[in-house]
Amino acid sequence: MREITYRQALNEALAEELERDPNVFLMGEEVAEYQGAYKVSHGLLERFGPRRIIDTPISENGFAGLGVGAAMVGLRPIIEFMTFSFSLVAFDQVVNNAPNMYTMSGGQFNIPIVFRGPNGPAHQLGATHSHATENFYASVPGLKVCAPATPRDAKGLLKTAVRDNNPVLVLEAELLYSSKGMVEPPDEELLIPLGKAEVKREGSDVSVICYSQTVPLALKVAAQLEDEDISAEVVDLRSIKPLDEKAIFDSVAKTHRVVVVEQDHPFCGVGAEVCYRIQKNIFDQLDAPIMRVSQEDVPMPYNERLEHAVLPNAEKLLTAVKQVCYA
Amino acid sequence: MTAMQPVEQRDEVEMLSLMLLIRRFEERASQQYQAQKIGGFCHLYIGQEAVVAGAVAAVRDDDYIITAYRDHAHALARGTSANACMAELFGKETGCSRGLGGSMHFFDKQHHMYGGHAIVAAHVPLAVGLAFAIKYRGEDRVTLCFFGDGAINQGAFHEALNLAALYKLPVVFICENNLFAMGTSVKRSTSLKQIVDRAEGYDIPGEIVDGMNFREVRDKIAEVVDSIRKEPHPAFLEARTYRYRGHSMSDPASYRTKEELEKYRLDDPITRLRAQLTREGKLTNEQFDRLDKQAKETVMAAVKFAENSPEPPLDKLYDYTYADGAVEPGVPAAPERPEGGPRATPKQPADRAAATEDRR
Repeated sequence: MREITYRQALNEALAEELERDPNVFLMGEEVAEYQGAYKVSHGLLERFGPRRIIDTPISENGFAGLGVGAAMVGLRPIIEFMTFSFSLVAFDQVVNNAPNMYTMSGGQFNIPIVFRGPNGPAHQLGATHSHATENFYASVPGLKVCAPATPRDAKGLLKTAVRDNNPVLVLEAELLYSSKGMVEPPDEELLIPLGKAEVKREGSDVSVICYSQTVPLALKVAAQLEDEDISAEVVDLRSIKPLDEKAIFDSVAKTHRVVVVEQDHPFCGVGAEVCYRIQKNIFDQLDAPIMRVSQEDVPMPYNERLEHAVLPNAEKLLTAVKQVCYA
Repeated sequence: MTAMQPVEQRDEVEMLSLMLLIRRFEERASQQYQAQKIGGFCHLYIGQEAVVAGAVAAVRDDDYIITAYRDHAHALARGTSANACMAELFGKETGCSRGLGGSMHFFDKQHHMYGGHAIVAAHVPLAVGLAFAIKYRGEDRVTLCFFGDGAINQGAFHEALNLAALYKLPVVFICENNLFAMGTSVKRSTSLKQIVDRAEGYDIPGEIVDGMNFREVRDKIAEVVDSIRKEPHPAFLEARTYRYRGHSMSDPASYRTKEELEKYRLDDPITRLRAQLTREGKLTNEQFDRLDKQAKETVMAAVKFAENSPEPPLDKLYDYTYADGAVEPGVPAAPERPEGGPRATPKQPADRAAATEDRR
């Protein structure tokens, strides 16, 4: 194991999959000559050439659709959105064409495509550039959605996504790109299955269910809670769809108290689905109503103080945990 | 038709019989729709037969074809059986998309028919992707992308044309200009004097062809495709044609006059090819009648086949969502409520595991 950044981990995943399978190519805005808007594709043009690392015009609908078409005949495109906020311009391709094709064609055409890029609020980017799209996309049958929080998960999930025979969205996070973590050495194959959560910290009093940017937040709060004698278990979903019910239920059966901390909006958010499944399947395990911490239900304001107030943050999470623990 | 036949050897009489098959198929589909055997939307190709027949006559069987929702003819032209096409309209498991696609979503992988796409212009980027794959693999195939005049004002169309031109991809954009996008005439939808001028905006060579003339369509596409095979590039053809029926089955087409329809009917593509072949001594009236009878019989047999085919089984509902099987097979069935309701369930930790087991 060695310590690398989330950005490097993604870069390694791309390089390894490009190396392994000649059908894999990377396409998107500024992925080649500019080396990636967030430098995730740094060095790939030089290594794999312009046939496989392809710059596009600002044309999300067009190049997302191009990827779906190429996938129909067996190529395995990796389509980078500079941010998933821009994937909304290609919504029709991501929602209508990629996941529907397998059904509509009676199973003749599966679409092995990866849509990837940063997702969720970053820092003071305002309403149009701060979308957390996981709950939109997870509600579409035929799509798989993952949202890694650590360099190791980012690498392992992206590599798995490239090998999946279905459309998979790999939702990265701008604020995590420079974060560091331990990852297996490059000569060791790292594949993390979709639909498998991971307990990032063991605990016994409360389960904090999180993913992507809310994982570091949950770990930070869990450390603070130690001072107050509350032992929080941090469950990182890693994949939104498929959702690892078992990991969630196992943790809840241990702690009996739950807070879901998500980076999307509250209405029909990921946490709503998690809560529904817990109460439906293991209602008797609960000692308190489940709390959710999410963004406030408003478009993202630019102002820094207001942005902080909109985002899930440590204060909100602490309050929610104490509430479910009646502490 | 056999695979890889060069253009000049595609038998014109055979292509005439294809056009007859399309016409008789669509007429019968219309009747079956009215008899409520076919659900949803149903868009007929009657009047436009020369466009797709001319196109397939000009390409190889391993070239790629993709179109919009008026797609029955494109599947038939590619070689999908009338049985599989009619069964799809009937929503049966034997349909070309297993009854899961319907009229607007015909697919046939074996015959390189890539759909069947019902969001206007959303398939034009897909066509560019098919062409991208051809060039990526260094093949000499060509993609034919069909769409209507209604598609040319969608963003997806413009993005796709730009990408095709930028990357020099082997794709022929074929606009089946039947003068109406649903009920809106080209004059009321498009700021250009002629549709083909759209291509010029992307530095794509474009031409107009008479879409009612099989030979003209075939020869023009053959010429364009020949040039693309030598050096990949996109091309654009505006095929001027006319649909005799409304936009879909529910459209009486009151936005156009009887006189206009009659004018086009006199220029019927089947009558025209028949006359050409007859004049040249390649077809007798008896032969034509026999071909037409054959087409009608094939279609009638297809109706019977569709009627007798099984429905897609309910227990396969989740089989076609993910390529490697069901990932989220719905929320599990509600567990049985313990006697006395949840509140009566013991809350002692020791009993929790048992209570949970009961509920899972």
